[in-house]
Amino acid sequence: MGWLRAPAGGPLDYHRRWWLRAYVGLVFLLLYAPIVTLVVFSFNDSKRNIVWRGFTTKYYWKAWNNDSLFEAFTNSLMIAGVSTAISTVIGTMVAMLLWRFRFPLKSAYEGLVALPIVVPEICMGVAMLAFFSRVTGFPTDWPWPFNLSAITAAHIAFSFPFVAVVVRARLIGFNRELEEASRDLGASEWQTFWNVIFPYMRPGVVAGALLAFTLSLDDFVVTFFTSGPDTLTFPVKVYSMVRFSVTPEVNAASTVLIAITIALTVLAMRLQSPARVG
Amino acid sequence: MDHWRDHKLAFWVFAIPGTAWLVVFFLAPLAIVWALSFGENISITQTRVTGTLENYGRALLTPVYLQVIWKSVWLSALATAGCLLIAYPVAFLISFVGARWKMILLAAIILPFWINLLIRTYALIAVFRTRGFVNFGLEWVYETLFLDRLFGPFQPLELLYNNFAVGAGLIYVFMPFMVLPLYASIERLDKSLLEASLDLGAGQFTTFWRVTVPLTMPGIVSGIILVFIPMLGSFLIPDLLGGTNAQMIGNVIERQFKSANDYPFGAALSFLLMYATFAALALRAYAAGRRSAAQV
Repeated sequence: MGWLRAPAGGPLDYHRRWWLRAYVGLVFLLLYAPIVTLVVFSFNDSKRNIVWRGFTTKYYWKAWNNDSLFEAFTNSLMIAGVSTAISTVIGTMVAMLLWRFRFPLKSAYEGLVALPIVVPEICMGVAMLAFFSRVTGFPTDWPWPFNLSAITAAHIAFSFPFVAVVVRARLIGFNRELEEASRDLGASEWQTFWNVIFPYMRPGVVAGALLAFTLSLDDFVVTFFTSGPDTLTFPVKVYSMVRFSVTPEVNAASTVLIAITIALTVLAMRLQSPARVG
Repeated sequence: MDHWRDHKLAFWVFAIPGTAWLVVFFLAPLAIVWALSFGENISITQTRVTGTLENYGRALLTPVYLQVIWKSVWLSALATAGCLLIAYPVAFLISFVGARWKMILLAAIILPFWINLLIRTYALIAVFRTRGFVNFGLEWVYETLFLDRLFGPFQPLELLYNNFAVGAGLIYVFMPFMVLPLYASIERLDKSLLEASLDLGAGQFTTFWRVTVPLTMPGIVSGIILVFIPMLGSFLIPDLLGGTNAQMIGNVIERQFKSANDYPFGAALSFLLMYATFAALALRAYAAGRRSAAQV
């Protein structure tokens, strides 16, 4: 505990003050304690989930064998996969559009593209509900996976603006002289894009895709309003379980989702880190 | 940057997919809701847009709904203030530690963003419920101090399904959002100004209030707006932690669309929420504009 008694250094060495350290430590403890206990108690061998009664993985098996939970999980992966593919392509194109061209009303268009990011989730959710209940062509009684098309379309609508933001941030660092050089050396526009610009922006595209996947997999509010009784996603299913009771099975399901999203986030951060620029 | 007319084909190829998707799956749904907000129910399943303002009037004049709106505003405001008080020292410390710790602490602040909101809210239920960790800890303290012999058995606190739970949930979920803009502005702060203030005889307290806080005001304003907007429109947190006792606008909107089947009224409420969001964003843009004008 030496650091507690360390001399307080200069007047600006605020980070050496023990009380500030203790305070910030406490904030982080409160921030993480609920999540850590949730994960720990998913291994608890007790149905009532209050006191530790020994280690078990049986609730993971139980969650795995819960048919509707498993189905919701496959739905979520399917939606996230399709939504990621489409929103990555669309988002990248929008990023290139904004990066490359000057056109009338450009700042208004930028604001429009950013709109899905700022609009309150609940407003977007009810808009989707009102829209899909009026528009035919997205029936929920189609065979899987086409019954998920309404949810997927909604997910793409809020994901691709995020992809556009990430890819555009990457493109800003691109030296356009490289593009000119490529053109001067006789490459066609398509060759220049594929061999010069795309390799440069790939880390941004991959990071954007991972972001889109996480956003889709995690989304609750918009999906809650878009989904029908037979098209549950993982978060919506967990929600209905949570409303019913607090059980280790929900903890196990949540832990799986946390693990997936954290793994994807760490991957995205590594791909975006400056060390990999090149 | 190229002018769009010089590469018309490429321009349209890049422009059409995103714009079309936005129009069909975002603007059209919003337009439907906007139109519905001026409509009325003509039967159980049908609504007709008649241009009436009755839905807005009902939202803003009926005491029950006015109460919910008012509660959403003050709960969000209180929780925003709580976030600011908790986040400022955290952001302050992060901007003074060494580079390695800075990265670790920032990553630790950002990580919860990526954990599902539903799961974080669910985690709080286990903390706050009658047989939850807080009551468990309190009971242990109570019995260790033999207070049960004096005052009778421990009475667990009712921490869930009230305004307190919703406020605590909002603070818990949104506090990390507050740290980032605060950190950005404290990081930019010229530390020699603090030194000058201390050299010239101001105490630490005076320096903080008269130098640090005014100079980091842009970050404070930015953080307040960034946190207040999503709080105002939150649905899941009051739904799971507040139950029927502590509802916010989001819950009322959800009920109109999911169970009460009163789309026009729900539409009017959600557009009131949209207008509030746009007003807050405009305020933020205005504040940023004034700042950059002042710096020129």
